Amino acid sequence: MADEIFKALADPTRRTILDELAESSGQTLFEICTRLSMKHRLGISRQAVSQHLAVLEAAGLVESRREGRYKFHTLNPDPLKRITERWTRPDQPESTP
Amino acid sequence: MRIRLLSVFVDDQEKALRFYTDVLGFVKKHDVPISGEDRWLTVVSPEDPEGPELLLEPAGHPAVAPYREALGADGIPLAQFAVADVHAEFARLRELGVAFTQEPLEMGGVTTAVLDDTCGNLIQLLQQPKE
Repeated sequence: MADEIFKALADPTRRTILDELAESSGQTLFEICTRLSMKHRLGISRQAVSQHLAVLEAAGLVESRREGRYKFHTLNPDPLKRITERWTRPDQPESTP
Repeated sequence: MRIRLLSVFVDDQEKALRFYTDVLGFVKKHDVPISGEDRWLTVVSPEDPEGPELLLEPAGHPAVAPYREALGADGIPLAQFAVADVHAEFARLRELGVAFTQEPLEMGGVTTAVLDDTCGNLIQLLQQPKE
């Protein structure tokens, strides 16, 4: 799990997606794309954003839920706490949840 | 060349007419029986009654369901309406029970919000910066 988290965080676009989800929880893919293009001027396709979200979901950093026809994405910061505890609290070994 | 008419597919024309008039505030322009229960049903903005019409088109064609399902899952709106104040419309419509998939969001002077028209579509409200 830790490898997936570090890999997910290694990309600046994915970190920007996390910033936006931290600002407002529960966004559709359309809203995430709008924020990346209008606010951050990132010329990035919907397909590419979708792939970034899949990487973030695999790392457990983003969760998605369906409500009726719609799918909303939320930030889950819990995996970040676990990876920092590895060094800030050395009595906690690298966890493999 | 001018844009005269655009359409959105709706699950139920009568329900759509009520939503687009009673809730959103458009007015009926044409209502002509076509075949069976299908009607040529259009609405216009009361602020621009001779302007472009929106056709509330029956969603019976088999291609419509997968098309709208895929767009809906990704939260993509099918039409965009200009309003003077997105925050005020959001407050007014939410009071009327309208569901939003995106609350008002201001970026670069443009404010948008996305609502569910209860007939199978997402609609974006747009407020452009004052000149």
